[in-house]
Order: sequence, then structure tokens, then C-alpha cells
Amino acid sequence: MLTISRALRAQIIAHARKDHPDEACGVIAGPAGTDRPERFIPMTNAERSPTFYRFDSMEQFRVWSEMDDRDEEPVVIYHSHTSTEAFPSRTDISYASEPQAHYVLVSTRDTGGAGDPEFRSFRIVEGDVTEEEVQISEGDAGMIRPDGGLDR
Amino acid sequence: MAIEVRIPTILRNYTGGAKSVEGAGDTLAGLFADLESRHDGLRERLMDGAGLRRFINVYLNDEDVRFLGGMDAPVKDGDTVTVLPAVAGGMH
Repeated sequence: MLTISRALRAQIIAHARKDHPDEACGVIAGPAGTDRPERFIPMTNAERSPTFYRFDSMEQFRVWSEMDDRDEEPVVIYHSHTSTEAFPSRTDISYASEPQAHYVLVSTRDTGGAGDPEFRSFRIVEGDVTEEEVQISEGDAGMIRPDGGLDR
Repeated sequence: MAIEVRIPTILRNYTGGAKSVEGAGDTLAGLFADLESRHDGLRERLMDGAGLRRFINVYLNDEDVRFLGGMDAPVKDGDTVTVLPAVAGGMH
């Protein structure tokens, strides 16, 4: 099960909407071993593509080094699908390389970036995909405005 | 002195669980050959024939080796080499 604050969920969705129709991607880091997503890190999609994403290699190096220095790990790795469902594709599965991470997928296909998109979470371990429940907590990482936006 | 090579979680089954291992060589290709002599199978996960696998990123100190000559990039004692699988995917 993924437990994530309402504020962080809103940040992922806001990023997916902003980059629509291109795929958006990023990480939520958390203290190593806690399974708690805490620090939102939107990443550049180096492919700038509606059908593919890849973290920029130098940005990934900086972010991974920073997580190492802070004794964090990538608790959530998220990306959006902009014309298909929020389910890992064959490509997603073949490149998944963080077995301890929650792979979050958001689909903006129906909403075109407006409305509340599909938001699902998966474990991907050695080519096996398992969907898991997403539990929303009322975290303190930001305040949600009545219109669904985020105040920080 | 040696070259420190930082290994990502997903490849630590080749290093007995170690987060980093040491190696030697004059080039990245030489370093990987040296690692292979102690960590059987690791090189195959990093390289596709004579080149780097497309979805494996390798950094020499803080630069992507693709900008430093790839497998011919010169390495020396005291360097740190970091291996990170690219985070990537797509709709298909």
C-alpha cells in the first residue's frame, strides 16, 4: 500500500496537467527505510514526448546524489500517460529499476489535464507488476485550497 | 588507491550486496573488464557488445561518461564511477 499526503498527490497531478500532452515525471524522496514519501522533486522529461519519458541524466545524477547525502531514497517514482490508462506499459516494466519504489501513474487522457485524473500505484519487481491501494493522508506538506490548488 | 565504483540496488546481486566496489583500469572499458574478473555477469548488465547499454547511465566523478568518450573515457586511481539505471518508460 502507498500512503501519500493529499498535498503531494495534488502536486503530482498539477505537474501532469502542466506538461500535458507530454509525459511528466518525477520523484518523491523519503527517509531511507521509512516508505514515507516526503520531498517532491519534479524532473525534466528529457524526451519531451507524449509517448515516452526519460529523466535527464545529469539531473538524475544530482538528485540521486542529493538523496544519498540526505540518507533518502526514491519512495515514489511517478509519470503520466497522456492518451492511455494509468497502468504500466511494457516499456515501463522493462526499465523499472527501483524494486523498493512505488511506481505511480497518472493518466490525463480523459481530462486533457482538467478534472481529477486516474491516479494509481504499482510495485514493479523483476518484471512483475502488482497494483496496490493508495491511501491518502492529511499531511502537513501544504494546504489544499477549496479549488483543489495547493498553497505552500 | 583504486577506483571506487558505486553500484545501484538492482545490480548489487553481482557484488554480494555491496553498495560500492573497487577496481582498476586505464579506461572505463578496462575498469569494467577488471570488475568482471571478480563480479561475474556485471559487465553484461552494463554493456551491450562494446558499448554502454542505452538505459544505463555511468558517471565519472560528476560527468556523464557519454560526454567523456564513452567506454574509452580515461580513468585513474581516486576517481569515483557511479552506475545508475536510467529512469524511463513510455506508453507502449
